[in-house]
Amino acid sequence: MNEHHTDSAPLLGYARSDGRKGIRNVVAVAYLVECAHHVAREIVTQFTPRLTDADFEGDASADADAVFEAVNAHDAPPDVHLIGFPGCYPNAYAQKMLARIATHPNVGAVLFVSLGCESMNKQHLVDVVRESGRPVEVLTIQETGGTRSTIARGADWVRRTRRELARMRPVPMRFDELIVGTVCGGSDSTSGITANPAVGRAFDAMIAGGASCVFEETGELVGCEYHMKARAARPELGDAIVACVEKAARYYTVMGHGSFAVGNADGGLTTQEEKSLGAYAKSGASPIVGIVKPGDIPPAGGLYLLDVVPDGEPRFGFPNISDNAEIGELIACGCHVILFTTGRGSVVGSAISPVVKICANPATYRNLAGDMDVDAGRILEGRASLDEVGREIFDATRAVGRGERSKSEMLGHQEFILTYKAFEPIGPGCLPIVPAAVTPTRVDA
Amino acid sequence: MTFDARLLLLSPDDNCLIAATTLDAGVPLEIDGETVVLPVTVALGHKVARRALAAGDKVLRYGAPIGHVTRAVAKGEHLHTHNLESDYLPTYTLDAGHAFVEHDD
Repeated sequence: MNEHHTDSAPLLGYARSDGRKGIRNVVAVAYLVECAHHVAREIVTQFTPRLTDADFEGDASADADAVFEAVNAHDAPPDVHLIGFPGCYPNAYAQKMLARIATHPNVGAVLFVSLGCESMNKQHLVDVVRESGRPVEVLTIQETGGTRSTIARGADWVRRTRRELARMRPVPMRFDELIVGTVCGGSDSTSGITANPAVGRAFDAMIAGGASCVFEETGELVGCEYHMKARAARPELGDAIVACVEKAARYYTVMGHGSFAVGNADGGLTTQEEKSLGAYAKSGASPIVGIVKPGDIPPAGGLYLLDVVPDGEPRFGFPNISDNAEIGELIACGCHVILFTTGRGSVVGSAISPVVKICANPATYRNLAGDMDVDAGRILEGRASLDEVGREIFDATRAVGRGERSKSEMLGHQEFILTYKAFEPIGPGCLPIVPAAVTPTRVDA
Repeated sequence: MTFDARLLLLSPDDNCLIAATTLDAGVPLEIDGETVVLPVTVALGHKVARRALAAGDKVLRYGAPIGHVTRAVAKGEHLHTHNLESDYLPTYTLDAGHAFVEHDD
């Protein structure tokens, strides 16, 4: 950034009409049923830099510079990202998720691509985005002359809208305007002793600076419920935490399978509760001030638990079928950036919010350095302390919050997945009491 | 308490230790002042028993139970799916035929 007044700002964000700020200014293209996926993807592809063979010459760690010419997102035209929902049948959760993500502060404009006969309420989505003041368009393939003409019209809209968004400039943003989520994927036994507790240190520092931090996957917290209860800011919240982990344990028992994957055991983890304790270390030591469900936006700074396990009788299968489903839910809760810890070596990123990859295992880091932002495995080799790596994660989050692209962004990772789920609203006592002036945007769906 | 530097004790009450690097079979390790020769290779991140355990004993890591041992385990022995089981949910791994196998022995 060249503007002097932004040089010393902790973060840089695009101001939105609801008072929130976004660290990116993405044009989201959303398909509203799988039948519109190809058309939406063809529109997005026209604006997406591709990795070429030339990018893979030289050493692996240099690859990340190849996809985008500008390392800072503010110096480049707005990214165009693909999101969507494959289902034809109506689902209140999916509707709310798309509404929240379409009005996420990192999103500057939205193009919805509909086939025409699916059940998603597209008028509701268009209304929500229009009310937020963002450019929005919906193209219905059955009314637009089919595949070719919809792609042409969609690409034309994105081209014009992108030029419009490129005129926006980011303004200074404070840490108390930032929401950070954390998730682990491809965990091994090192995750719980290096990357996860280091993220916990970074979370504690960000929360001290006023940020909201969100940890999640109640199914991966089976065995930690009473420790979490002791950290709850209010007694009724402690009871709600225990109830939501018990719900997760029941749900997984019906599924007959926890969140434990084959690679976890290869990496030295033996049981669900062992994996849970390692995952729990990401939450740091701050008091837990609230529980949110997908699409609920933290109303004030502090540490939140995201309850991702559906309510009611198990209906639609596993709560989250892969790591990106969890990342999508964190984003729907307003997370600007996702801290992703991995031991075995996940490479994913995400549409909408940058993913910062923290590698727990030193051997994995050496193997996948081009995909990793932070080398937390140094702790195991005596080359860094937990506090030092925690500080490095804090600094990396700040840099991404000032526009610097993470490794997964640079490599073009924009994974997104949204499936069927069902939730009841959060119970009484789950959120901290805050003055009306800082309550989040209205709850839809 | 003294330990080989290649083993991590995460919490004082733990009865398991974590390999900070891959340890080859036959390597002598100091555990609580006593030398134990590793019977099998233990990969980075895997656990060994800090002391002898009886069938049914809880295994503590981070000071919290991560399951129970299903048979007697000697000091220094590898702790994993063959002798350690969840108190909540079964653990599945792939066998040579790439089918899910439930470890309930």
